[in-house]
Amino acid sequence: MSNWKTFTKGLIKENPILVLLLGCCPTLATTTSAINGMSMGLATTFVLIMSNLVISLLKNFIPDKVRIPCFIVVIASFVTVVQLVMQAYVPDIYETLGLFIPLIVVNCIVLGRAEAFASKNPVWPSILDGAGMGLGFTFALTILGSIREILGSGSIFNWRFLPEDAQTILVFVLAPGAFIALGYLIAIVNRLKRTK
Amino acid sequence: MKIIIILISTIFVNNVILAQFLGICPFLGTSKKTSTAVGMGAAVIFVLVLATLVTYLLNKYVLVTHGLEFLQTIAFILVIAALVQMVEIILKKISPALYTALGVFLPLITTNCCVLGVSLKVVGEGFIYGNNVGEAIIYAAGIAIGFAVALIIFSGIREHIDLMEAPEGTKGTPIALITAGILALAFMGFGGLV
Amino acid sequence: MAKKESTLTNMLIALMVITIVSGGVLGFIYGLTKPAIDKVEENKNIKAINEVLKTDVAIATTESVVIEDLTYNLAYDAEGNFIGAAVKTYSKNGFGGKIELMVGMLADGVINKVSVLSQAETPGLGANMVNEKWKSQFDGKDPKNFILKVKKDGGDVDAITAATISSRAVSEAVKRAADGFEANKDQFMKGGDNE
Repeated sequence: MSNWKTFTKGLIKENPILVLLLGCCPTLATTTSAINGMSMGLATTFVLIMSNLVISLLKNFIPDKVRIPCFIVVIASFVTVVQLVMQAYVPDIYETLGLFIPLIVVNCIVLGRAEAFASKNPVWPSILDGAGMGLGFTFALTILGSIREILGSGSIFNWRFLPEDAQTILVFVLAPGAFIALGYLIAIVNRLKRTK
Repeated sequence: MKIIIILISTIFVNNVILAQFLGICPFLGTSKKTSTAVGMGAAVIFVLVLATLVTYLLNKYVLVTHGLEFLQTIAFILVIAALVQMVEIILKKISPALYTALGVFLPLITTNCCVLGVSLKVVGEGFIYGNNVGEAIIYAAGIAIGFAVALIIFSGIREHIDLMEAPEGTKGTPIALITAGILALAFMGFGGLV
Repeated sequence: MAKKESTLTNMLIALMVITIVSGGVLGFIYGLTKPAIDKVEENKNIKAINEVLKTDVAIATTESVVIEDLTYNLAYDAEGNFIGAAVKTYSKNGFGGKIELMVGMLADGVINKVSVLSQAETPGLGANMVNEKWKSQFDGKDPKNFILKVKKDGGDVDAITAATISSRAVSEAVKRAADGFEANKDQFMKGGDNE
């Protein structure tokens, strides 16, 4: 597989959320607005790229039987790095995303890519794979965040296009709206795939 | 009385899946059949309570006393992974019957974010039952029961949905997600209860 | 380099090395970011104090006192007269956990302004407590004739639509600040003369 293909497959064809359905918890929980969805996506992308890089470098050093615990330690370290850096430099976003930053550790995408790709491939493709998957994840999260923000808060990227006292479909920023919006988004993707 | 309030608020009002979005993967993955849902629910109750207890003590007596709070994420996930392995081994020896019932679900729990999520939440700053280990455990138990309740209700609905004709494209996961949304809407009705 | 065999020694070495290196790296990064994290917290506090005690009188000196579970940031003008206190207060009864507020109390016992330090309420509902439009209802109110309870509970506070629990928690926190201030006010005023 060419490097270009390694990178782009995560964006659309094997999009982690819309097609593979991995990492649903942060997808639903942090997409209350476009900005939140995007920040979560970028934080995950960073962890994905770095853990893929390190795991690919270490793949010969790690014996097979303890590979999962080793991967988890590497991933958890990068997650903690993201956590500390965000807390220090973008405290507002850190507070909104809250618990879901440390939970990147158990996001199936990260461990899944480490196991399925980085532990078997050289460094450069592993980085591209991580970047592609991460950006695909970010893309899906931003779309979902935008839909929920437009319908639920009447704004987009914090820019409000409705008058101050206009009624919005509040349920879309609440829990039920997350499930329903993601359900319809995947249904649309499925439908588009069939027409192609 | 306080125990009842904690339980009602964690099982119904702040249901871990439908209101806090923790543990969605197993929620969608193991809810196709009621029997699997019951098994997964039981396994989560077991591990979550145990993990919360161990990580709470670890945090209080090791991490905080040495100023190592920044290692929480890494330490907790290792504890949870080790705990799950241990439970698996012990269960195999002591109760083979229970092991065959829960066995397949145990390894899946390590990556169930509701376990790590709850154990981090319990030691977090804003947590209101954080000073009392007993209340923290009851909280964890309530969360786990809430997980099982939502999972079992949802699997019952899904068994019926699979027999229906869904519109093109919504078959499978999309219709399951939309159903979960409606279920979450129903659970919002518990809102004013506590 | 050939793939390492899964012998016990190899497994132990691999795990140990990775864990120790990770721990070390994290310790290093923690050291780097710690000052910035502390600063964020401090700045937030200072900003909130200045916001809630903003009046025509400029603040010359401040001093913080901890009494029971509340922190009182006392402010004095250039002549040492007591202006008021920014009270850091909390409620544990929020919908999403603990809520922390900074409440500005003036010397005459009137609430000057309320600022939200941290909250984890539902976005679109309880989280609307940070909106100026809602929290400005506390501005200039005297707790002696403005009952700090939501209207549903027989008070004077307008609850946020569909977020009674969050509104109740904010009212509780503000009331805690007001009561604490009232109880210790005389002591604060004297404190200013001593300096």
